[in-house]
Amino acid sequence: MIFRRVSNWPAFYWRTPFGDLERLKRQMDLINEGLLGGTLREPSAGVFPLMNVTEDKDNYYVRAELPGIKSEELDISVTGDTLSIAGERKISEEKGDVKYHRREREAGKFSRILNLPSQINTAKVDAKCADGLLSIVMPKAETAKQKQIVVKSS
Amino acid sequence: MTETEGKTLQTKEKMTLGAAAEQTKPGIVFTPAVDIFETEKELTLLADMPGVKSDNLTIGLNKNVLTMTGEVEAPEDENETDVIREYETGKYFREFTLSNEIDQTRIDAVLKDGVLRLTLPKVEEVTPRKIAVKTA
Repeated sequence: MIFRRVSNWPAFYWRTPFGDLERLKRQMDLINEGLLGGTLREPSAGVFPLMNVTEDKDNYYVRAELPGIKSEELDISVTGDTLSIAGERKISEEKGDVKYHRREREAGKFSRILNLPSQINTAKVDAKCADGLLSIVMPKAETAKQKQIVVKSS
Repeated sequence: MTETEGKTLQTKEKMTLGAAAEQTKPGIVFTPAVDIFETEKELTLLADMPGVKSDNLTIGLNKNVLTMTGEVEAPEDENETDVIREYETGKYFREFTLSNEIDQTRIDAVLKDGVLRLTLPKVEEVTPRKIAVKTA
């Protein structure tokens, strides 16, 4: 199964109402999983990595939780207003005679494309990975920045 | 279950902890995903705790109960506004009861890239000893 979301639904233009819906949906999924053992779980809910996007005046900030993934194992690229992240989470096989009691951590390939609300300055994108947390800073393109207009009084 | 290379990662939600004991501080508590495996000499525990710095990780051992607590500071700056929020951050908490055969003085913990690796060596006597039978 390929979990690749080409365009993000909900679209960015309606920020808060759909953001809340998305959160509600996730909570409903959790309830479903608890009650019915995940049988009602749609595959579309499975997007990896989950990302939080925030913005300030000049930049977009994208954060994702990627525990155990080294920065060199990540493939991040940006074009215009899309960000794509791909990689593989490897969990090395333990040497010798081991007996597993629990196996909850997942390994495998992932890829995701994220649409940003506006153009970004691709030359100045900065990404770092620390403590299993990936954070990408993307400066907004000059044309996309908000311009304050001063009203002159004559 | 065997791990094969190149397969697609199965996605999982962060699991929130049911209210076992009420928190004094507000916030969501997550249970980290763990792998636990055993060899003849030791028990190893791997836990995914993204965003936890080693200073904010507490590992406690009270009698036979091993407790792992990881605090996550919100990485967002004050003047940032949300565009899309898909996951929440909060504390990680998980508890395990250890058997008596663990040598509690030699427990070793390493936190790297958001993954905690706890090595719990077994007490010497419990390690099975092979006894060679000599023929006279």
